[in-house]
Amino acid sequence: MRMRYVIISAIVIFILIIFAISLNRDSTYSTEKLIGKKIENFNSKDFYTKEIKDSKILKTKDFSLINYWASWCAPCRVEHSELMQLSKKENLNIIGINFKDKKNEAEQFLNELGNPYDHLLIDQDGRFSINLGVYGIPESILINKELKILKKFVGPLDSKRVIEITEVIQ
Amino acid sequence: MLSFFGNSLILISILTSALIVIKSILVLNNKASLISININNLITLQTTIIVVSFLTLVSAFIISDFSLITVYQNSHTLKPLIYKIAGSWGNHEGSLLMWIALMSLFSFLFFIKKNRYKREYYLFTLIVQTSLILLFLIFLVFSSNPFLKILPEPMEGLGLNPILQDPALAIHPPLLYIGFVGSSIYFSAAIGALMSNIDGADFAKSIKNWIKITWFFQTIGILAGSIWAYYELGWGGFWFWDPVENASLLPWFCMTALLHSVIVLEKKKQLFSWVLVLCLMTFCLTIAGTFLVRSGVLNSVHTFANDPQRGLFILIILSLTLITSFGVYFLKNKEENYNNSGINRETFIITNNWFMMFYLITVFLGTVYPIFTEVISDIKVSVGPPFYNTVIIPFVVIFLLFMGIGPNSKWGGKFINLKMFFLVLLASVAINIILIYFFDTKSILFNLIFISSLFLIFYTIIDLMKSIRSKFLFKTSRICSHLGFGLLVLFIGLNENFSKEFDINLKPGETKKIDNYEIIFENLNFYKKSNYNVVAGNFTVMNNKSNDLKKFKPEIRIYKNPETLTFEASIKTNLLSDKYLTMSNIQSSEYYNIKFQEKPLMIWIWISVILMSLGGITRFYRSENRL
Repeated sequence: MRMRYVIISAIVIFILIIFAISLNRDSTYSTEKLIGKKIENFNSKDFYTKEIKDSKILKTKDFSLINYWASWCAPCRVEHSELMQLSKKENLNIIGINFKDKKNEAEQFLNELGNPYDHLLIDQDGRFSINLGVYGIPESILINKELKILKKFVGPLDSKRVIEITEVIQ
Repeated sequence: MLSFFGNSLILISILTSALIVIKSILVLNNKASLISININNLITLQTTIIVVSFLTLVSAFIISDFSLITVYQNSHTLKPLIYKIAGSWGNHEGSLLMWIALMSLFSFLFFIKKNRYKREYYLFTLIVQTSLILLFLIFLVFSSNPFLKILPEPMEGLGLNPILQDPALAIHPPLLYIGFVGSSIYFSAAIGALMSNIDGADFAKSIKNWIKITWFFQTIGILAGSIWAYYELGWGGFWFWDPVENASLLPWFCMTALLHSVIVLEKKKQLFSWVLVLCLMTFCLTIAGTFLVRSGVLNSVHTFANDPQRGLFILIILSLTLITSFGVYFLKNKEENYNNSGINRETFIITNNWFMMFYLITVFLGTVYPIFTEVISDIKVSVGPPFYNTVIIPFVVIFLLFMGIGPNSKWGGKFINLKMFFLVLLASVAINIILIYFFDTKSILFNLIFISSLFLIFYTIIDLMKSIRSKFLFKTSRICSHLGFGLLVLFIGLNENFSKEFDINLKPGETKKIDNYEIIFENLNFYKKSNYNVVAGNFTVMNNKSNDLKKFKPEIRIYKNPETLTFEASIKTNLLSDKYLTMSNIQSSEYYNIKFQEKPLMIWIWISVILMSLGGITRFYRSENRL
């Protein structure tokens, strides 16, 4: 009986301590930590063929922009025209990762607004994206051939951010 | 002026509360003569003062007295009166004062009733309850004083977040708070019971009605929040498993478990320790929920002003209540021999409690897991609806079956008749087969949910007939709630399964046909409102099957300070289904993205919850002994 009380008390105190520590942490998400780091263990399924793709697809051009999107996400519609523009750049490889989406709705989205992606992958349950610190979409990550993260954009791309990307890749 | 008045009232209430605690301790030690004021008068005084101070704040909001920081930050002269009033609890400081006011009101109502039970029980309960009030008053004064002054007095307030200006949301916090705060009374009573060795059945009788009342308010409070989310957030959903929603659900599970096990305690004098644990846990979870929501450790769609210092205060209150209450429990609780053999009513009620604890632990883990991973391993995760749906839904199926048969078993007696069980099950399966035949519903989980909810509904209806026929006044309370819950699950299931969503892009003047519908984007209107600009679309939706024509006017609102866009859905409700249309702009394009949803039986979801909650306030007519 005593043992049970001890265990319950220990659990409760543990929870309280975690709560106390969490108070002092900044819960607003910072992406800066990721910049400069290398992407490891990149693999994801192809949207159309369901083949597993690894980091080779990130090395086909000088730079790659990994863009997370979904048909249900309104800001993704907003940034799509910017992506279409970026897709004209020759040394930029645009990799789309369709995030927690339904296939037919995603296809419909691309049919309407155009397909800017050199490669289109899926992350249906969002498990892979968590590794890259993506938890809200749209998010875009700019990397170079060595898979080093150069820039990370939380929220939709706009003309200012497109200029930033253009400056980096030129 | 109001600032001085308010602050004085708070100060007096602190003194009165302290006096009540001291006086109660003296009475307990038979030294009552030292302070010659009647305790009941003190309680009346305390409650009056706190309620008046809350009303002072409300009137400061009504007359837009911007000399108070709280009013300045959360109100505006142009706001309609109802939102001025609602603004007084739409912020941290005001809501805390409302919390305290409700707490002392509950205290007043509980203690003012003529008591039939042991004197020590009441006194200990009073000491705990008043100490809690005192604790929160101190918290209010030191970190969240709503009566702080601002100098010089601003001419105009900053306004209330536009998304919060909604009738359902205006009443949502008070309703929820009555549930939350009301649970403090049985928390205090549980400690009182432990300290005074009161008889279990007496304890059950003294708190039962309070559990029912708080459960009722908690239920409709959660409902009001869901309705708001459905109308205002523009996604067409009503429950998102958001941390804040979960925070309101945790004490609800506890209360529901308590609602059931307290009956066993009252009738069979068993489960005393367990009922005490639940009483303590409900209020502790309420504070834990408040901590999660207000301290800013969780990110959520509910943006309340976050402040780590405030979080620390709530964490201290949480630790104090947890440690003292469970400390008293560990020291004073007597081992009880639980003897129950065979399958009877008690077994089913305990089963209910197991399910509630399972749901509670699941939701609790899902809610705090991200905090834990972040603190321990610096990994950010988010736990979303898929987790809750996969873990909870399969168990709901079994739960519903138990809910059906449980009430038909006898106290201490035998299991119900099996013939009836199979008959009802067969009927439910038969109806499900018809549904599959006509509507081609393939999802196994949906079909199981459909069968089990029908099972519960039929069983409850049979129950209702039986009670009417037996000429005893029937058990409205339980029948209401169980029927309501059965219908709720049924309608949510049907709604989820048969909802249709169409996503198209249209420009003004265009028409598109999808499914049975023809969506016509007639034109756009632009106009100005006092604090926002509106882009309103005019849509006509033709149903080609029924030749039914409906007009929709969704809006995009552009608020000025701060510049935010909100998307107002246009919703047409009838008894069969809701039609839900939202529109959003696509940048650098004349096209608009149109989301058109058909959501069957939506209104019945709300009605089911209301039916369910009514079980909490209908009187419990006794006839069970004879059944």
